[in-house]
Amino acid sequence: MSATWIAVLAGCLGCYLLKLAGLSVPAAWVEHPVVRRVVDFVPAALLAALVAVQAATSGSDLVVDGRLAALAVAALALALRAPFVVVLLLAGATGAGIHLLG
Amino acid sequence: MTDEVTDAAAARRATIRDALGLGVAVGLYGAAFGAAAVAAGLDAWQACALSLLMFTGASQFALVGVLGAGGGALAAVGSAVLLGTRNTIYGVRLVPLLQPARGLRRLGTAHLVIDESTALALAAPDRANARLAFTLGGGSIFLGWNVTTLLGALGADALTGPWLAALDAVVPAAFLALLWPRLQRTWAEPAAQRRVALGGAVVALALTPVVPAGVQVIAAVAAVALAGGWRR
Repeated sequence: MSATWIAVLAGCLGCYLLKLAGLSVPAAWVEHPVVRRVVDFVPAALLAALVAVQAATSGSDLVVDGRLAALAVAALALALRAPFVVVLLLAGATGAGIHLLG
Repeated sequence: MTDEVTDAAAARRATIRDALGLGVAVGLYGAAFGAAAVAAGLDAWQACALSLLMFTGASQFALVGVLGAGGGALAAVGSAVLLGTRNTIYGVRLVPLLQPARGLRRLGTAHLVIDESTALALAAPDRANARLAFTLGGGSIFLGWNVTTLLGALGADALTGPWLAALDAVVPAAFLALLWPRLQRTWAEPAAQRRVALGGAVVALALTPVVPAGVQVIAAVAAVALAGGWRR
């Protein structure tokens, strides 16, 4: 089995067990302060790290290209409360437009 | 017909409308996931397996994002699982509302515990509507998400030139859209959320040239945590 399949299946199993745990373990375990802090703040750090890596890196290099401009457009659209789908379409159009200009 | 019966019927109709509407809306996002997965080097089977079996969007995007950046399986699974911890908290909140039966029914209910189905259930006016919203919303999202993942994955193979550039630009925007609500004033402790987010982004970029691809994401989370993300 390839490393990709192992990652896919292990990730699926882990995420499913986390869902099942919520319905099965005593609420007090999950309401523990340390668990709560992890759940409150880990997503922000992780999602922001993923935004940065996906928008401004290529392999082990930092790069500035159309993705960063598209990200700025997406941020503007989000600030103007555009729906999710509109944000993605505007970002895609910006990326494609810069590719065509470059 | 008494007003009470009319109100109950109206509440039920509103619940059904909201639940089905969300299924269509996230379905479009599923197409972006399918395409992003293929662009990251997964095949269409793997993209579909993630939507069928993992069925939690942010974790799925994280897994393919880290693999696409050249990261190893461990970093990819770690990112997906860390984001999946949200669903455990949702489950705890849903138990009193849904009172899920033991056995196979509970195994099925667990699979539908995601951001959207939880929001629908918590917003419903009473317990009966909460169950309806959760099951119908979760079910319609599952259907829409999986069908469009397949379409996106098959479509991505045909993408070239500007279309590929568009897809590359959509993925970071999708992560930003997932992050955005956490940074707004309506979220608990938005100032701390913003510091944590900025810290995560800066550490990830700083580590990119020096650690193996994909590791910087997990390392950024660890660094921010150690720096006092949950002090207090």
